[in-house]
Amino acid sequence: MSEPCDLKVVGRSVPKVDSMGMACGLEQYVGDHDLAGALVGYIVPSPYAHARIRRIDATKARALQGVHCVLTWQDVPRIAHTTAGQGWVEPSPYDTFVLDSKVRFVGDRVALIAAETREIAEEAGRLLDIDWEVLEPVLDDRRAFAPGAPVIHDEPEARMPITAPYLPKENTPAKAHMGDGDVDVELAKSHLVLRQEYSTHYAQHCPIEPHVTLGWMDSRDRIVLVTSTQVPFHARRISAQALGIPVRRIRIVKPRIGGGFGAKQEVLLEPVMAALVLATRRKILMTLTRAEEFVSRTRHPVRTGLDVGFNADGTINAVRMRVLSNTGAYGSHALTVMCNCGSKVLPLYRMNAVEFEARAVYTNLPVGGAYRGYGATQAAFAMESLMDVAAERLGIEPVELRRRNHIREGETSPVFAALGEGKPGVEQRIGSCGLPQCLDIAAKEIGWAEKRGKPGSGPVKRGVGMCALMQGSSIPEIDMAAVSLKMNDDGSFNLTAGATDLGTGSDTVLAQIAAEVLGVGADEIVVASSDTDLTPFDVGAYASSTTYLSGEAARKAALDVAGQIRVVASAMLGGPAEGLSLRDGAVFAPDGRRVTLAEVGLRSLYEVDQHQIASTQSAISHKSPPPFSAHFVEVSVDTETGQVKVLKYVATVDCGTAINPKLAEGQAEGAVLNGVSFALTEEYIFDENGRMRNPNFADYKIFNTTDLPEMRVILVPTWERSGPFGAKSVSEICINGALPAIANAIHDAVGIRLMVAPFTPDRVLKALKEKRG
Amino acid sequence: MRFETRVNGAARQVDCDPGATLFEVLRALGLNGVKQGCDREGMCGACTVLLDGEAVLSCITPAPRAAGREVTTIEGLGDPGRPHVIQKAYVDAGAVQCGYCTPGMILATKSLLDRRPDPTREDIADGLSGNLCRCTGYVKIVDAVNAAAAALREGSK
Repeated sequence: MSEPCDLKVVGRSVPKVDSMGMACGLEQYVGDHDLAGALVGYIVPSPYAHARIRRIDATKARALQGVHCVLTWQDVPRIAHTTAGQGWVEPSPYDTFVLDSKVRFVGDRVALIAAETREIAEEAGRLLDIDWEVLEPVLDDRRAFAPGAPVIHDEPEARMPITAPYLPKENTPAKAHMGDGDVDVELAKSHLVLRQEYSTHYAQHCPIEPHVTLGWMDSRDRIVLVTSTQVPFHARRISAQALGIPVRRIRIVKPRIGGGFGAKQEVLLEPVMAALVLATRRKILMTLTRAEEFVSRTRHPVRTGLDVGFNADGTINAVRMRVLSNTGAYGSHALTVMCNCGSKVLPLYRMNAVEFEARAVYTNLPVGGAYRGYGATQAAFAMESLMDVAAERLGIEPVELRRRNHIREGETSPVFAALGEGKPGVEQRIGSCGLPQCLDIAAKEIGWAEKRGKPGSGPVKRGVGMCALMQGSSIPEIDMAAVSLKMNDDGSFNLTAGATDLGTGSDTVLAQIAAEVLGVGADEIVVASSDTDLTPFDVGAYASSTTYLSGEAARKAALDVAGQIRVVASAMLGGPAEGLSLRDGAVFAPDGRRVTLAEVGLRSLYEVDQHQIASTQSAISHKSPPPFSAHFVEVSVDTETGQVKVLKYVATVDCGTAINPKLAEGQAEGAVLNGVSFALTEEYIFDENGRMRNPNFADYKIFNTTDLPEMRVILVPTWERSGPFGAKSVSEICINGALPAIANAIHDAVGIRLMVAPFTPDRVLKALKEKRG
Repeated sequence: MRFETRVNGAARQVDCDPGATLFEVLRALGLNGVKQGCDREGMCGACTVLLDGEAVLSCITPAPRAAGREVTTIEGLGDPGRPHVIQKAYVDAGAVQCGYCTPGMILATKSLLDRRPDPTREDIADGLSGNLCRCTGYVKIVDAVNAAAAALREGSK
């Protein structure tokens, strides 16, 4: 759509619709529902990283007082599926069963128990009589696909449901290869060729509310699951598939969700809870402990190798990216995260030739999943760090090097068409790119020119670093969102959406978009999300899609409803419907006469030619317009302790139109701090048997208020014609900047290049020592 | 064991196991604004309530410690019809995203501002350091605390 002159609701920071209820402790999360008589659901965790259950006897566990149900792999259907909460057909291998006779990581499911209390359930777990055949674990991603390595998925059912390489005998759930042009020829003629490898580490999303599901059988013999999901419709479909029951027998209700960040895209508890509810016909609450949450789903650790050839003027000739992604014990999101390492990073820059080669590997370690950034986080660290090295070697200012190479409006990248989700991608031209302004504004805000290259004297040095970023907005030609809108007799509207507000503010954003079209305030739109019985389909909250895609569905539904309102109003005003305009809660004729929306509502429901003014509209995306961002950071590095401290962080963000600027800023600020925390302190520590040794907030440090640097997020508006009111996405992109920007700032401060994250004091000290020789 | 306490201004008779935590007792009273985000080990702050006006972690506070004292949960601070200044400040600042840490965060703010009506940046950081939030990056939470402090100072003039 073209740029309108004056927007009344869009672009305003109206309060988030549920925020006052949250601030008063009244909004309902899963655990706040009626729990009277509810049993506790519990997953017995595997003590081994890799083992086979030769025999399992639950007799003693079942006999324990207070135990209502114990399910082992013998008691549930054996149906291969994926827990990756993706659209059908999922681009993730079907390598998971509700329960299996093999366990593949420490914490994997051994059995399911429903009992009166958690303590009883845990005691019952200890009473299981299991004859284990302990197998050699695969704990090194680089050796996972070596000949002779133990095969983690040797079950005959494991398969890839789409056409894509799947090599379980090589512990390789996914491989991808794409290219355009001749990289070797381009590298050979380059003035400077850099060949480097960077690696990123395990991390957990750490929503403050862990995964939680409440389930029961309703009076019509259906399974109701009130659950902390980002993907209610996928959760329904995959749970039904995993248990071999019809989709119609399951109702998924998403209440308020205490954060997700991708963790709750995983259909993790819903199938097992459906199994327990079916077996017991009782109300059951299953809440992961924080320790369990840490080994639920994680960020895929990735090694990114780059060969990049530059001309003397800094322009890029060619990039070869090699990705090795560790998906852990199951292949959830293995292919797609790996592909996103390329597709959300490589198109940022122009190049004559490009090659992308990737492999995901199974290991007997915690399972990867969707995590905000989704591959871009991992690979942007490599690309943007390498750009800083190139700038130094070429003697070109780092910001200027980005300016000379980055993609611009009207341009395309061969990567868009070549690299999709396990299949070719979708060609697109950049419709909006505010990166030039983002770079200028952020550089000025941090004091780039003044601070660069001035580490200062004394043991604590200072440095500044920067990076440029892109992401996407939805998965093109795959994702679909629908929104329903109906008019009430006071001229207000109910908006129901499958779109999944998990704290992100999407309920508010959808209300603003509909309100803008209908000429009313956002508070005239009553929003409900999401319930598979009551709200229309939406793929859910992932791939930075909700504002762009569900927002477009809301806009279309509102346009259709506005048309129906005009028809009623034209009969009331006596003139053609076409000339009528909706604003200020009324319909205006060209001559200034008007009827209020309440009058239209009453007439349509009670008076003449009664009917429900309503519409359900669907949106699919034909492109995935990238938001762009520039991150500039100032750090101090204590050369005696190795401590890195972020002093100031500036992020400029081009998300097109910010439908709600405060909510958009909040997305960016939250993502930035999560990124900084990931870069500096968050780290999994494993013992030699693959057990995570630090699954708690004391030993796995996420940032708190005392760690908060001075932070400035600046929105840089552009207009994306394909998006609702010019909007693109904002939720993911800003988690990607901290790793490279901080690494580059550390180099500016003390001259070391950290290529292995996180940048803990020991790594800094080691690098300083190596530099001194 | 039995004891008397006051919760959100009303006298309450509590009958609980001697080992029960204040968190468990409050949830049993239907006060669902008290949240849990760690393994009841006092590490996330989502369970923060006020005991005689002072922020405590209810998940590691033995319930009997509330005997004869005043407990304030988020439900006791205000409601959407008549929100407390701090609740309104959080909403206006955009400091509420998923909202799961919000009740604890707001009560920690109340405790802080009661002690320090004009807090420095360090006071705010220290006062809220036990309350983890993964959504906001704390930026707008700090804004909310500053706005609430200003509004409370203005109101007390």
